[in-house]
Amino acid sequence: MNSLGEAFAAAWRLIAGFDAELAQVVGLSLQVSLIAVVIATLIGLPIGAMIAVGRFSGRQTLIVLLNALMGLPPVVVGLVVYLLLSRAGPLGNLGILFTPTAMVIAQTVLITPIIAALSRQIIEDAWREYDEQLRSLGARRINAAMTLIWDTRFSLLTILLAGFGRAAAEVGAVMIVGGNIAGVTRVMTTTIALETSKGDLPLALGLGIVLITLVIVLNALAAVIREMALRRYG
Amino acid sequence: MLPLELDQLTFSAGNAAIIRGISARIEAGPRTVILGPNGAGKSVLMRLCHGLLTPTGGRIVWHGAMNGGKSVDVRRHQAMVFQRPVMLRRSALANVMYGLKLAGKSRNQSGLRAMDVLEVVGLAQHAARPARVLSGGEQQRLALARAWALGPDVLFLDEPTANLDPASTQDIENIINAIHASGTKIIMTTHNLGQARRLGDEILFISNGRLMEHTPIDKFFRQPASSEAAAFIKGEMPWQ
Amino acid sequence: MAMIRRILLALALSGLLAPAVWAQQFITVASTTSTEQSGLFKHLLPVFEKKTGTRIRVVALGTGQALDMGRRGDADVVFVHDKEAEEKFIAEGFGVQRFEVMYNDFVLVGPKTDPAKVAGGKSIIEAYRKIAAAAAPFASRGDKSGTQATELRLWKSAAIDPQTGKGAWYRETGSGMGPTLNTASAMNAYAFTDRGTWLSFKNRGELVIVVEGDEQLFNQYGVMLVNPAKHPHVKKELGQAFVDWLISADGQKVIADYKIGADQLFFPNAGR
Repeated sequence: MNSLGEAFAAAWRLIAGFDAELAQVVGLSLQVSLIAVVIATLIGLPIGAMIAVGRFSGRQTLIVLLNALMGLPPVVVGLVVYLLLSRAGPLGNLGILFTPTAMVIAQTVLITPIIAALSRQIIEDAWREYDEQLRSLGARRINAAMTLIWDTRFSLLTILLAGFGRAAAEVGAVMIVGGNIAGVTRVMTTTIALETSKGDLPLALGLGIVLITLVIVLNALAAVIREMALRRYG
Repeated sequence: MLPLELDQLTFSAGNAAIIRGISARIEAGPRTVILGPNGAGKSVLMRLCHGLLTPTGGRIVWHGAMNGGKSVDVRRHQAMVFQRPVMLRRSALANVMYGLKLAGKSRNQSGLRAMDVLEVVGLAQHAARPARVLSGGEQQRLALARAWALGPDVLFLDEPTANLDPASTQDIENIINAIHASGTKIIMTTHNLGQARRLGDEILFISNGRLMEHTPIDKFFRQPASSEAAAFIKGEMPWQ
Repeated sequence: MAMIRRILLALALSGLLAPAVWAQQFITVASTTSTEQSGLFKHLLPVFEKKTGTRIRVVALGTGQALDMGRRGDADVVFVHDKEAEEKFIAEGFGVQRFEVMYNDFVLVGPKTDPAKVAGGKSIIEAYRKIAAAAAPFASRGDKSGTQATELRLWKSAAIDPQTGKGAWYRETGSGMGPTLNTASAMNAYAFTDRGTWLSFKNRGELVIVVEGDEQLFNQYGVMLVNPAKHPHVKKELGQAFVDWLISADGQKVIADYKIGADQLFFPNAGR
């Protein structure tokens, strides 16, 4: 219990002090995970939508596979991406190992299945309700997919938040492909891991509290937006 | 598009036979009401005609369309209103415009046409409101407006007032008559005898997946040819 | 749609917000977690960066992993503390030349209660024998690190196979120095650590230094430029500049100046 008390004190000192290093680490964490969510959505959402409204052989197998990929261990993803981007690997010439770009790539790989699988479920549930009406009005499958994405946008927003939460919270992937280089690829989670390693548990916990607070703030913001929009569109 | 010919139409789902060989010829002009007890297959028949379901046997031929209506575009000349209106999460106006934009009309054209139709059905003042906050009756009126705006040759209606109160039902029936007066063929299902009497010019009586009778409305109520129809009219039909 | 435009704008802005370090020249140095956690780099690197304008990016792993990084060509310079492994690295042709830079020492830490009665001893081999005899809990790194290599060599010298105690008193954590010390602190176990990590370690619990000063606990650091013949993309001029600076009088002085409190952690010994 003492450590927890120290942790909250450490967290408060961090936030109140707001030193440049912390700001840089927080900023990078947000940047990497937000960009990863955006890209994962651009890829995963259409995939989820097309599977939801589509009819093709192997569809069920694909859905099972997609759901399973949600459980990809971050450290495994990190390892695979590392091997791809290493100089000894196929994409070594790009020279992007140990950069934020590599971290974005790894996190995108991690969350795209989550976005695709969950949006597939939500859109498929909506499709059951809208199916006949949309077809009657002349919508082809691709029209239906786009219409459903827009109509389920509030539920989809929750999925994006889930994806962001997963990305911001993981340490395995970004540690391996980023290398936790001070000032370059050090993010909140890897800093927490480092401070834990050094035995500075209150500081590590304090950083953890800062991280959780940030995620809560983001979720609260999304909830407000959702409320406002629901009132407007019903 | 019309006349519509059904030739030995059958439809099964899994092992259950739902439509067991229906042949009929539906001409342009009279308001056609498909009557029958619950579970007779009325809704399935409608969906087959509208192309939402594929028959397991027999043919559906639209003699008035190209190639007997073999292309999917045949649906562009039809519209359907369901028992429960399905509204998109957008304004009433946007809902009506949706089908128009799908058909290729510009934003401007769609908007103008949509507003016109909303005026006629009496929903113009709700145009900007989210469709989902309207009442059940208003949403069904909106569904009718949305279908009518497309200018279909045929309008299918599947038990359109089954969930509505008498006042809303009357509104809907008035609009249906107005649509008919503007030249659209009405094909409607109902299990309500009173409504059939009010809105029907001819009756297709379906029982247990089979077409029992296809007669003008007077003759149907005065002299039903089948015992099932007679029982139905008397109210003795076992409801499945 | 407006949505897509907003996304592209955000992506563009995020590019602009990237730190100014992207414009700077840099080299990648593979080193060890114990060196990083001692705080040496925070003290040492800014001096070099100010002098040359070259940014040093340190990736801290275990010695084995750091050398593997060099073999793969993912680093320009390797800076670790395992002479045998480093000489193998050179022999395999992955490094240009090995230079000795500095040394620190290892210490044996253990619980104040000292169940194996080793405190104050001057011989690490003796201490190991006593710990094995008493079957007192011992937390080991169990990874491919320089520290681990030294620890194992000392067990061998004591003619003890710690694997006989595996799962009983010999606990392999498979992790870095810090986490291993965390575990030792929580288990009240003995542990073999470098002094640098110990001095900056904040979660000591009941642990104190029980054995130190034995010659066998000497820990030599070496630096090597990754061979550009094997990996043409290696930044050989900038990397060599760093190597040269580390062993120069200037660099050696900065190393000697690094203290935690009053304690000097690393003792420069280049060219000696």
